[in-house]
Amino acid sequence: MNTAALQLGPYVALVLVGFLPNEIWRFLGIIVARRLDEGSELLVWVRAVATAVLAGVIAELVLTPPGPLVYIPMPARVGALAAGFVAFLLVGRSIFVGVLVGELTLAAGALLLS
Amino acid sequence: MSAAAAFAFGARTAVTSVLCYVLFGTFVGYGALCHDLGFSLPWALVSTALVWAGPAQVIVVSTLGSGLSPTEAAVAVGLSGVRLLPMIRTPQTRFHQLLLPAHFTAASMWVEGLRVAPGLPRERRVACCNGIGTTMMAVALMATIAGFEMAARLPALFAAVVLFLTPMSFLVSIARGARELLDKLALALGLLLTPVFLYFKVELGLLAAGLIAGTLAYVAQRVRSGR
Repeated sequence: MNTAALQLGPYVALVLVGFLPNEIWRFLGIIVARRLDEGSELLVWVRAVATAVLAGVIAELVLTPPGPLVYIPMPARVGALAAGFVAFLLVGRSIFVGVLVGELTLAAGALLLS
Repeated sequence: MSAAAAFAFGARTAVTSVLCYVLFGTFVGYGALCHDLGFSLPWALVSTALVWAGPAQVIVVSTLGSGLSPTEAAVAVGLSGVRLLPMIRTPQTRFHQLLLPAHFTAASMWVEGLRVAPGLPRERRVACCNGIGTTMMAVALMATIAGFEMAARLPALFAAVVLFLTPMSFLVSIARGARELLDKLALALGLLLTPVFLYFKVELGLLAAGLIAGTLAYVAQRVRSGR
């Protein structure tokens, strides 16, 4: 954890950074659910930005990973992500197949490259 | 049908759902991530119960754990949470009865709830959704413990494989949900732009890259649909 999070205390940080900004939408959902236009342009734009942010987090986790993933060479990590994705596309858009192939490629790459 | 029977029906719906197994894998990865970013097991469990949204949780631990600012993390979580809003539909139910099912609302529970609820009498749907949500959350909590302990005890290679579950499963889950050009472009551009921004240490890089990538995807979609 970094210093800013530690200064707040991990649980206070969790409530301020994780719980409140997320829960507010569920709460608002109860209030406004009946008069909501699901296809509104603002919601579409927000969906695109949220998807891109999450994609960015995925990239960050693979390129500058935490913990023992660091010890697996970068080409093996990136290659495993790509292999899992291609397998997912080829085998009927199956999440299970994608994850399995990605994991096996990662393990194979770690054994071969390091 | 009694409320208890509707709750039990919801619980059965959850354990027989393929989404429940995807959820298990995702939260094993999340538990491992919490361990390796320096959070405690109780913190990991509280975060799963309180936030109850995989993307938001992964954003929280990876930003707080890797030195990005808490403000940036909060904004990123807020953006990822907007998708929950249209999942909530509330005909003729009292406000206080909706707080719990609203908290349980997340993509997996929403999909299963929508699938089975039409077959139930209206006054039993909340109990059924609570059954689905409670069961899925219990599964996620067990998975969080399993992942945390695996990261703590397994040899490095196996722990790395567990940790890799998060990026791998999120990538294919987003791709599976992406039907329009908008979602596909946002995914691809976010993957490509964010590392560049972080490499050059752009201020608030994760958000800036997400805003630019998401807006480009949005504009591309509008141009293509000719508006």
